[in-house]
Amino acid sequence: MSLISIENVHKHYGDYHALRDINLEVGQGEFFSLLGPSGCGKTTLLRTIAGFEDVSSGQVRIGGASMIGVPANQRPTNMVFQSYAIFPHMSVAENVGFGLRKSSLSGAEKATAVGEALEMVGLNGFGARAAHALSGGQRQRVALARALILKPKVLLLDEPLSALDKKMREQMQSELRRLQRQVGITFILVTHDQEEALIMSDRIAVMFDGKIAQLDPPPQLYTRPANRQVAEFIGVMTFLPGNRRADTLEVAGLGHVTLSPDQIIGAEGDVRVGLRPESMTILFDDMAAEPSNRVAQGTVEDLAYYGDMTMYEVRLAGAPRPVTVSMRNLPGRPVLARGDAARVVWDPAALMAFGPVD
Amino acid sequence: MLRAYVIVFLLFLYAPILLLPVFAFNSGTVIAFPLDGFTLHWFAELAVTKALHEAVVNSLIIAAVTAVISTALGVAAARAGVRYRFPGKAAALGLIMVPLVLPEIIVAVSLLVVVVQIMGWDLSMGTIIAAHVLICTPFATAILNASFQNLDPSLEEAAVDLGESRSSTFRLITLPLIMPGIIAALLISFTISLDEFIIAFFLSGSEPTLPVYIWSMLRFPRLIPVVMALGTILVVLSVLLLTLAEISRRRGLRRAGVKDKGGFL
Repeated sequence: MSLISIENVHKHYGDYHALRDINLEVGQGEFFSLLGPSGCGKTTLLRTIAGFEDVSSGQVRIGGASMIGVPANQRPTNMVFQSYAIFPHMSVAENVGFGLRKSSLSGAEKATAVGEALEMVGLNGFGARAAHALSGGQRQRVALARALILKPKVLLLDEPLSALDKKMREQMQSELRRLQRQVGITFILVTHDQEEALIMSDRIAVMFDGKIAQLDPPPQLYTRPANRQVAEFIGVMTFLPGNRRADTLEVAGLGHVTLSPDQIIGAEGDVRVGLRPESMTILFDDMAAEPSNRVAQGTVEDLAYYGDMTMYEVRLAGAPRPVTVSMRNLPGRPVLARGDAARVVWDPAALMAFGPVD
Repeated sequence: MLRAYVIVFLLFLYAPILLLPVFAFNSGTVIAFPLDGFTLHWFAELAVTKALHEAVVNSLIIAAVTAVISTALGVAAARAGVRYRFPGKAAALGLIMVPLVLPEIIVAVSLLVVVVQIMGWDLSMGTIIAAHVLICTPFATAILNASFQNLDPSLEEAAVDLGESRSSTFRLITLPLIMPGIIAALLISFTISLDEFIIAFFLSGSEPTLPVYIWSMLRFPRLIPVVMALGTILVVLSVLLLTLAEISRRRGLRRAGVKDKGGFL
């Protein structure tokens, strides 16, 4: 049985429909993410689970028990806030031990629990520090320790890494993953960063306009997007105009393609043809094209050099706009310049046709 | 040029006040230069004037009660204004602030009409307190608005999330973090009430406040140096209270780790 189940949940703020018929289940010990652009309802959904917002209709269950009408302070959830919400007038230990105030533990037992929680997040010996003297990463860890000390059934994380710089964010991503495996608590993460969601989650619900557009593990989300909006949001995808009749696709710059059923999303007619950067290759002298692949002639319009790889914007002959092609910078392989001719190898089985209505 | 302007402006502002202590310590009974000699006689006279002591006690009681009520109302108004959205909010908060710009004489006359003519009550310290609450609440609300705006709403939610009730959250989180604002609001309301004259003059019955008592002393030229001595003490006390309020506000900012965006003073 799933730990959290959300059934037909709607949330209205006056005329604004913030959540539209949300249905999802999260399993025990799962790392689950709510992903979407700002204003898509992901934080509202998280707050209905925490008990800070009530639902307009529908059901929220945790461990089988209905949470409707149960206030936040009586739910088996704890939350890490976007601002971390560290109590500025308390020490680190007072912050971490705050949730134990009402517990029946003795003073010594509480101190031990606080020490263990601080150790778990790598803040040994920080207990006596003043909370306002901490760095961003340290505040994040205090917030985690404070939420985990109560051993909640579910830990809710509201954009917990968005305030950190890139290096610190990457470090905390792997640390959060490790921590989640270690404590075995279900984590629900809200993020607008698709890369972060892909790296950390067991499953991801992608949300737009208060609705769940797709709910899948990261690989399915990336390779089998439910619609163009999801495909555009997850990873990089460039689009060329095309026209589809049944399984026959005509693409500007690429010619005729016969599609397999799982390459077809939405209705036929004028479609947008989606291409992932890694599904195409620029043919250098050291390479031979796969026999199933096809080659198109193009010109490099722009490029971004990342060190380990280069992202090329290549305009194929007959195409109205360039496509993005990623190439690894192997030793001995040249980096092309703007205006260079490029032969682009592409796999007809890797493109996706998104219908006008999807 | 600017420097000269500032100096003239400050002189204009403070020179009359600086004259108070000069004549308070002058032994002549006429307020004029040249000065006669140094004396503490006027201060000594203050110490034995019983009517004055009663006025001081009245004023202190009125100011203290006014400060507590205004600050409590200010906390409620500021919290509602910063945290909640409700119909008519802008109008309600605007009307709370109106007494800031309303001429006090209007407030005084209309309250006098209401209290005496319509309600038929006797004038008392209670009527002065009610009127002073009216004019002090906007100040308290303005100060506490800033306190609540600096308070991250997630802090209160985090406390609830960790198992506290709404009331214990207010006690453990909200109150300590807005305490500097509360102290500042108390001190400023107290100061405003203490030296308010017009309303107190209209609404005081047989229990004059200190400013009303001072005004009545001015009818006797012999007592003017005594008024000067009293004024000196009041100026020192007022400056002291306002300084305390500002110190308390700055300490609060430091404690919350917020940058100073300019305060009441």
